[in-house]
Order: sequence, then C-alpha cells, then structure tokens
Amino acid sequence: MYSNIVLFTMILVIVLLTKPVGTYMYKIFEYKPIKLDKVFLPVENFIYKLSGINAEEEMSWEKYALSFLLVNTVMMIIGYIILRIQGFLPLNPTGVKNMESSLAFNTVISFMTNTNLQHYAGENGVTFLSQMIVIVFLMFTSAASGLATAAAIMRGLSKKTTNLGNFYADFVRITVRLLLPISMLATLILVWQGVPQTFAGKVVVDTLEGGKQTIITGPVAVLESIKHLGTNGGGFFGANSSHPFENPTWLTNMIEMLLMMLLPTSLIYTYGLMINNKRHALVLYISLFVIFIFLAVGAVYAESHPGVAYSKLHIDGTPYGNYEGKEVRFGVSQSPLFATVTTAFTTGSVDSMHDSYTPLGGAVPLILMMLNTVFGGDGAGLQNIIMYTILTVFLTGLMVGRTPEYLGRKIETKEIKLIAIAILVHPFLILFSSALTVMLKVGASSVTNPLYHGLTQVLYEFSSAAANNGSEFAGFIGNTVFMNIMTGLVMFFGRYITIILMLAVAGSMAEKIPASPSPGTFRTDNALFGAIFIAVVVIVGALTFFPAIILGPISEFLSMT
Amino acid sequence: MSEVKKAIKFTLVLMILLGLIYPFIMTAIANLIFPYQAKGSIIKVDGKAVGSELIGQKFTDSKWFMGRPSAVDYNAESSGGTNYALSNPEFKEEVERNIEEFLKKNPGVKRSDIPADIVTSSASGLDPHISPQAAYLQVKRVAQANNLPEEVVKKLVDENIEGRFLGLFGEPRVNVLKLNLSLLEEIEKNKK
Repeated sequence: MYSNIVLFTMILVIVLLTKPVGTYMYKIFEYKPIKLDKVFLPVENFIYKLSGINAEEEMSWEKYALSFLLVNTVMMIIGYIILRIQGFLPLNPTGVKNMESSLAFNTVISFMTNTNLQHYAGENGVTFLSQMIVIVFLMFTSAASGLATAAAIMRGLSKKTTNLGNFYADFVRITVRLLLPISMLATLILVWQGVPQTFAGKVVVDTLEGGKQTIITGPVAVLESIKHLGTNGGGFFGANSSHPFENPTWLTNMIEMLLMMLLPTSLIYTYGLMINNKRHALVLYISLFVIFIFLAVGAVYAESHPGVAYSKLHIDGTPYGNYEGKEVRFGVSQSPLFATVTTAFTTGSVDSMHDSYTPLGGAVPLILMMLNTVFGGDGAGLQNIIMYTILTVFLTGLMVGRTPEYLGRKIETKEIKLIAIAILVHPFLILFSSALTVMLKVGASSVTNPLYHGLTQVLYEFSSAAANNGSEFAGFIGNTVFMNIMTGLVMFFGRYITIILMLAVAGSMAEKIPASPSPGTFRTDNALFGAIFIAVVVIVGALTFFPAIILGPISEFLSMT
Repeated sequence: MSEVKKAIKFTLVLMILLGLIYPFIMTAIANLIFPYQAKGSIIKVDGKAVGSELIGQKFTDSKWFMGRPSAVDYNAESSGGTNYALSNPEFKEEVERNIEEFLKKNPGVKRSDIPADIVTSSASGLDPHISPQAAYLQVKRVAQANNLPEEVVKKLVDENIEGRFLGLFGEPRVNVLKLNLSLLEEIEKNKK
C-alpha cells in the first residue's frame, strides 16, 4: 500500500512538471527568448568565445554527428589522462593512487556514454579532484550530449530545413540553462537532508564502544544531483545510493527518483511541441507509463513476498520481506521502486543491492534494460522511443499494405534499414558478449553466485553496459582486464552506433518533402496506436531475450519453489 | 585540425566551469547554510566526535543496542552488501547464523518474532537504522546489562522511533547511534 502511495505521488509530481519543463526545453532547443537570457547569454557567449566556437553555424547531420563524436572523444582522452595521473594531482585527502589502464579505459567510456558502470569503488578508486573534473564533468557532458543529439533528431523530423542545428550551441545551452540550475537547487536540497559537501576528506571519531571509526566524506552532493538529473548513476561511494551519505532519507530517495524521471518524461512533451503533434506525444507518454507501472508494481510485490527463501527461516516479525541488501529507511517498498526507476530511466544508481533481489524482483530491472525504451536516459531514451515508434508505424503499414508515413514523411527502405540495425545492435551486444563470457574461463571467473543466478549476473552486466545503464549485480567481479575491455566496448558501441544511426535517420527524413495526411494514413495519436506500440516493444523484447530470461531468473525462480 | 583544437579548448573550458568553479561555489554555499550536514552530520558529545548521525556504528557489547549485520563490518572507509543471491546456500547459512546469534544474545526472544532487517545484511553495510521491533526485542537484554528498569529502556526506544511522514512516506525506524546516546545519558543520570 505504502509503495503504491509513493509510486503514484511520484507520477503525479512528474505529470505536473512535464509541461513546464518540457516547454522550457522546447524554448532551449528552438532558441525562444526567455526572461533569464540576461543571466544565461553572457555565460554562454563567454564559453563560445573562450573555445573559439561559432554558435551560429548550421550543421548537416553528418557534421553534427562528427562534432558530437569529436567532442566526446576528446573528453574521454583528457579524462583518461587525468585518471592515470590522479595520484600526483592535488585534492587527494584520502591518498588514492593512479588508476590502472584497463580500468581507466573502462571508466572514461562508462561516464562519457552516460552508463556509469563502476569497476572501482569510489572510496579508494578516485581522488576528490577526479570525482569533480572527471566524474562530475562527464556526468554533465554525457547528459548534455544525449539531449543535444535528441534535439537534433527532433529537428530533423520536424523542420523544413535539412540542417539539424549546431552541436556546440545545443550542448552549451542545455548545460547552462537546464542542467546547471536544476543541479544547483537539487544539491542544496540534498545537503539540507544530510548529503555532505566538503573537502575535509576523512573524519575519525571515537565510537561509543571505545573504538575508532574513520568516516569518508567529500564533495558528494554536487555529484549526487547531476548523477540523477543527468541519468548517470555512478556513485561517490561503492555502495552508491544505498550509502547513507548519498541518500540519507526517504525524502532524498524520492527526490533522486524524481530527478531521474524529470527530463526523460518532459522530453516527450518537448517532442510533441517540436513535431507539432502533442496528442502523438501523449499517446507515447501514457503507453510508456503503462509498462513502467506494471513492472514497478511487480518488483515491489516480488520483494515483499520473497517466498520460500524466507518462509523456511521461520522469522515472521515486522517488517517482513527480502531485507538482504536493503536499507531499513527504504524497506521493501521504496527499494524496488528505485530499482525500477533507475533501469526504466537508464540511470543505474542503486539504493539496494540488486544481486540479492528475489529472482523475479531482480528480473524487473534486467527486463527494463533489455527493453531499453521505457523512457530511457536523458536524450538517448527519446531516440530509442522514436526508433520503436517508426518501427511500429512501419509494421502497421505492412499490415494494411500501404507505404508507411510518419509525421507526414514516407518511411522508406533506407530509414527502415538503419532502424533495423539500431534495434538489433542492442540484443547482439548483450547476447554475444554474455555467451562469450560464460564460454571463456577468464570471463566466467567473474561470476560469484551459483547456477542460474550466475548466468543472470553476466546477462545483467552486459544489459547494463549495452543499455548505458550502469547498475550491476554487484557481486559480479567487474574489475578484471577482460571485463573492463569487454564492457568498455559494449558501452561504446551501445551508445554511439544507436545515436549515429538515429541522426542518419533524422537527416534522411529531413530531406523528404512532407505530405499532408490522407484519410488512409495510419493515425499515431490514438489509443490503438498506443496499444500496438506497447505490443511492438514487448514482442521485439520477448523475441530476442526470452530464452536468456528463462535460463536465468525464471529457472532460478522455479528452482526455489 | 582546427576542429580538434576547438574541441580541446571546449573541453578544458567546461571542465574548469563544471568540475572546479561549480563544485567550489556549491561547497561554499552549502557550508554557509547547512554547516552541520555539509560536514557529514558529525555528532559531538562534550566536544568530542562520537560518530555520524547517518553512518552506522558497530556495537557488540550487550549493554548497547545493536545494528544490522554488515558485510563491511561498519568500516566507513568502504561500503557494500554481501551480494548473496537468495538461491545461494551461503545466504541461508549467513542468515541462520545471524538468527542464532540474535537468539543467544537475547534470551527469551521467540524466533518467529524476529523481523527480517536485524538478521540480514544491509546494502551499504553502514545502515544507521533498525526497525522498531528489532529495537524492542533487545530492550530486556539492554536493561539487564545496564541495571536499568525495562520500562525506562523501552521508553527510550519509544522516543527514538521515527515514524512514517504524514503516516505515508518512509519506513518506521530507529537510529541505533542516537538510541544508544540517549541510553548513555540515562546511564549517567542514574550514576549521579
């Protein structure tokens, strides 16, 4: 009951925020004047001037994609260098050493691709300086990259010109107008609730029993706010958002969930404004919430009814439920909700240990990462939604035997080929690398739980990498050279192939001459379309991943009853 | 080449803005408005730091209320859970061990009364809370060990329960360190 109140309170808050935030993003993407221009324009112009950027230049989809790739590559290289020499740099009160090369390779890709898979523990893997100029910096820029490319794709689908905008200008405007102000506000709320923000480092206390306890603090709050707003998910501490310093109260837990949900949901409204079809956006919005609510309720049920694993322990006090790997302040209601939000919105931050979930409770985050389109992360999520929408339109076109049209533009062989590749990359990366890992000794040695659950650990790791999520079945040993390189490559291809292909689709659609819809055009703004859209997402997901899910979580579930 | 140079300059400018200027400004503001929280919510008794309100502490002596099992043994220089799958035999062994230990420590407690939280390991290994029932089950032992009447100790637990906000949000919980600090106060009061 309490979990449902939390769930529907959050959905209510998000629904109320969708319109204002969505409209605000529309104004950012479409260069509409706002009152705060007086504050923002000087900052933006200062950044353009310092880096020698011409923000007026219009870019073709190829130019846009190249700028995006170039900037991301440069950021990864500079981040890599800093991690490799962090031990020599200042702001290192906890005495952290330089990062090993395969781990640094994995880490910069992880944070640049908005994944935030962490094969290091924050307490002793990175210095405070690295937490800020590598981790926090990449958290901002990866979110800005996702949103900028989404803006370009939306322009391609809606504009009369064939250019998609200016990557640098989009990037800067999103950072300055959207990410920074909300992060500042969120940071202060989190500090108020108890998240530290200091450079003091270690605090040694004398415990009541007469021992010593060394407590690590740090600039946690600035990381924590953009971590969720930017759908990043990497923790300051190893235990991520289950650590009391990252997530001290039920309120911070809800705020962190809301921050994850805020931009991906609002962006659908922005999309409706950009393509001038708010009803179509509303249909997508509702359809995705249907899948989301269904899975969220399922996860909470599984964790509060843990079955035979607990019933045979004969402990029946209150609270009851699967408390292994969960915090008392979140319990078995807010923990599984957080797990659902973090994987639906492709963030990857965790407030409980997913590895210790019940088989079906743990299957929910896994399935959401495999579907990879239930809202998704900042920008990247919308791109996947558009991908599935075009596929849906194409399939309905085949059913009625007409050339499919989307937003007044014909979908032809070229676009559908690109979409097909984009859809297939995701399962290929997950299933191929999982199969390879379990076959090779060097990979299989990372597994720490027995039998079916061991396979689920591998599937989870690669689904998380391919979906650019970043959460883990944390028992899995990620920090090996093999896993660092494998997941590094999976994250890289999972991110960039999809975005480049979708930019290409947008570029190609932008060149078509829009036709006004005829009576025979399949409508995309009614409940029927919503139902087919859900069916396509579920069927494509089921067809590709069902065998793997049966071998992992479902077999584990059946073996325990 | 000029494109690459542009990208490098762009990266460095944003790195300084987002990675240095922004965090430093926020640190200054946060410490100005919320100095206690920003520094880690450190509790001081007689000017001496005894722990953080938010970070669980290890209690083994019978005279104290005990927290949840911890995979990192309440070492706050690390964090994490056991990550045992429920289908892993080690999970069952671990919880059985915790149950036995709890029953041994607290004679008279019925196994069926034990709540799940006090015999399972937390996610962070630093969970500062236990459930109200987990605290009540320890009252008898704590009272005996400290030569205090049971009602007095039970009242301390009552006072330390944090309920659901508006009756709806959050889980009912007891902060173990705070509870033990009020216990300490009670002990010292009785000494006088």
